[in-house]
Amino acid sequence: MGNSRRDFLKIAGLSALGLGIKPTADAFAQGAAPKVSVNPKAIRGKRWAMVINVQKFKEKGPELQKACMEACHSIHNVPHFDNPKQEVKWIWTAEFGHSFPDQERPYLHEFEEDGLKGVPVLVLCNHCENPACVRVCPVKATFQRPDGIVMMDYHRCIGCRYCMAACPYGARSLNWRDPRSLDKDGKPFIKTLNREFPTRTRGVVEKCNFCAERLAVGKMPACVEVCKDNEIVFGDLEDPKSEVRKLLREHFVIRRKPQLGTNPQVYYIV
Amino acid sequence: MFEKALSGSKGYWAWVIFLLIVIGIGVLNYLRQWEYGLGITGMSRDVSWGLYIGQFTYLVGVAASAVMLVMPYYLHNYKVFGKITILGEFIAVSAVTMCLSFVILDLGRPDRAMNMLLHPTPNSVLFWDAVVLSGYLGLNIFIGWTVLGCEKRGAPPPKWTKVLIYISIPWAFSIHTVTAFLLAGLPGRGFWLTAIMAPRFLGSAFAAGPALVILLCYLLKRVAGFDAGWEAIRSVAKIVAYAMCATVFFFLCEMFTVYYSQIPEHMNHFAYFFKGLHGHGSLMPLMWAAIIMAVISTILLVIPSTRNNPDLLPYLCAMVFISLLIEKGILLIVGGFIPSPLEHITEYAPTLPELAITFGVWGIGALMLTVFYKITMSIRKEAQA
Repeated sequence: MGNSRRDFLKIAGLSALGLGIKPTADAFAQGAAPKVSVNPKAIRGKRWAMVINVQKFKEKGPELQKACMEACHSIHNVPHFDNPKQEVKWIWTAEFGHSFPDQERPYLHEFEEDGLKGVPVLVLCNHCENPACVRVCPVKATFQRPDGIVMMDYHRCIGCRYCMAACPYGARSLNWRDPRSLDKDGKPFIKTLNREFPTRTRGVVEKCNFCAERLAVGKMPACVEVCKDNEIVFGDLEDPKSEVRKLLREHFVIRRKPQLGTNPQVYYIV
Repeated sequence: MFEKALSGSKGYWAWVIFLLIVIGIGVLNYLRQWEYGLGITGMSRDVSWGLYIGQFTYLVGVAASAVMLVMPYYLHNYKVFGKITILGEFIAVSAVTMCLSFVILDLGRPDRAMNMLLHPTPNSVLFWDAVVLSGYLGLNIFIGWTVLGCEKRGAPPPKWTKVLIYISIPWAFSIHTVTAFLLAGLPGRGFWLTAIMAPRFLGSAFAAGPALVILLCYLLKRVAGFDAGWEAIRSVAKIVAYAMCATVFFFLCEMFTVYYSQIPEHMNHFAYFFKGLHGHGSLMPLMWAAIIMAVISTILLVIPSTRNNPDLLPYLCAMVFISLLIEKGILLIVGGFIPSPLEHITEYAPTLPELAITFGVWGIGALMLTVFYKITMSIRKEAQA
């Protein structure tokens, strides 16, 4: 009797070990990529980047920024939670001094009020070339595509929020409750449901995806489309003829916290 | 050997039932969290880790500190610790179990926790933390249980336990180092971005854990008639004194770099705790309470006459344990998020369900420790009789 129990435990232990080794070995091995057909209309690039023209936004006033945020958040089914501490946002605005804390200087508020006419700055995920969030994710739920876009797999994310601690730009939001449910007044958190894009469950992290799903069908990112006068320009940084490269050639631009070595890919003309 | 935990005095059963009630309240509140989501806690978009991760961090230290009893006994043949090394090993088992519980109930999607094993990611420190913590748990269960079983039969432990014990010594250092690396490698969090983080973690761990051992020895003497021996307690107190000195020293090193360099990204977090920032400072009283307790207990532990006063020692140890519980179990984690990367200040306070769940996990740890110690005490009493 004692022996048989011992044998059983041995076999059970070996089986558990075997089950554990397989995924570990897979993690270090290079698997063959599955074949997928690509939409012929898809826009492709080697390294996507975005240029935001703060001066142009100043002329347009805060309405255009609201339109950008509204377009992004409605297309991506971003929920509007009533508790401001738990809000989910992909693109939002912050005062210049808060968007660029390293630009702090005396009388900066005068520049914010007069120089920028009180219009804040649009901020979003920077799709860093060296993303800290991807480095820390314990399940590869956040990953970087070859074209530089930092993506989220909502079906794999375990909600540990290590990426939120790692992101130096506050670009990530957790669904602190069920985004598919109703608020106190019985209204859905997702105002208008877009059936073309997945909704999320509670407990997963989300953020801007540079509209990867729109690029795949030949459309520009939603916030870019809203801006008729090139207030936001999106393009391939590796293409010398691209509009973003032209703007970077002609203008002095700044980025958020470049000293951290993340190499953010959202550039600001101030 | 578990049968020993099933017979005990009225006091024993009252304590067990009390713990079961605390655990039950925690479980009920966790079910609410499971249903509603982490929004039931006081955490927010800006302060995205709170009490759960803080307690996890602190308890990793408590678990690692078992090595402070194991090392003198097994490496230096310090016989005085013979009676209490097993107490340390069982503290490690209970504390690591609490750590793993805290990590899992902090997940937004606990049903996907096993994704960590399905998709192992060697570049994530969290992956390595899971590896070293479960390894340490396994080592200590194995060692503690085998040694106790041999004690019951009056036989010396088999030779292979010695090998595992030697492995467990560097392993204890690894669990706390890796946990410090969780925080110390993040580019945008000035509060945590410091190489002293791992040494600080080890210092505070080797103070808090042995302080708990002393408190438990006092408790066991009263409720179970177990005498660890004054010589052993005096030696553990010396360890606490040295470790507290190291902790205070490391903290002052951090203070020097932060305040002499005057770099705002590093200074703002400390300013928030010490004097408040832009009119916010709800955690200021906790910070000062932790500092005052740390200073008083360190001074009195260094002075031999106060350290060796058996009536004063438990109070000093309680001060050490609580001071470090505040500093590491709450403030160290929350402080990294205040101010936020956009220099906004969102304050944090745990909610009632969050506190109930936290106490529930402490209940689980206390119950495990109670059962382990009950078995140990019963076996020792039988051996004596």
